[in-house]
Amino acid sequence: MQNWVKEIVVDSKFENVRTLTEFVERSLEPLNPSPKAMMQIGVAIDELFSNVVRYSGSSNMKLILNVNADVLTAKLTFIDEGVEYDPLKKEDPDVSLSAEDREIGGLGIFLVKKIMDGVEYKRDGQKNILTVVKKLG
Amino acid sequence: MKIEKNVDGSNTTFALEGRLDTMTAPLLESEIQGKLDGVTDLEFDFAKLSYISSAGLRVLLSAQKIMNKQGKMVIKNVCAEIKEIFEVTGFSDILTVV
Repeated sequence: MQNWVKEIVVDSKFENVRTLTEFVERSLEPLNPSPKAMMQIGVAIDELFSNVVRYSGSSNMKLILNVNADVLTAKLTFIDEGVEYDPLKKEDPDVSLSAEDREIGGLGIFLVKKIMDGVEYKRDGQKNILTVVKKLG
Repeated sequence: MKIEKNVDGSNTTFALEGRLDTMTAPLLESEIQGKLDGVTDLEFDFAKLSYISSAGLRVLLSAQKIMNKQGKMVIKNVCAEIKEIFEVTGFSDILTVV
């Protein structure tokens, strides 16, 4: 199998989390990814795209999907032209606290770090570029 | 996302179907906030729930906080994928999964 790249651009609107998820699921389906990997990629899309919609001020976002079919790995690159924001700088929440003491913030990006095999951020000119890598097996 | 609500005296059950994510979590939130008065037993049935993100976790956390004051809350029929999400976020220590 060959390696390939697909991309999609959507408006920064919450409902497009579905558009992105369906795009990625449809694109990865021929590779027979594990249900767990697919679900976790879906969670990463939900967390990262909703962050862009909430905080970036960017009117749209591009998602680039790179697949390495030899090692069954997907790389998802989220690109927006909003205000500079590195979610990886956010401190991890204390997950040992009781319900009463748990804070609401920071959970999404923490979850992404835990369930993806790699997460990277870089600022390139006017762009926020966030990349996650996930093995599909 | 489909939410089925069953009320039997002070017992309330929510059966969720589909995805509990950024888009649908506000719907569940609106079913819970201010609507649990007099409920002592709250149950979530996740048999048909395939997916949860942090937006869904937040709603479960706020429901748990309410129920800690007035009764108990359990979640049943949780699939392995969602259980893992509970585990990595420490939610398995906060929630009662049966």
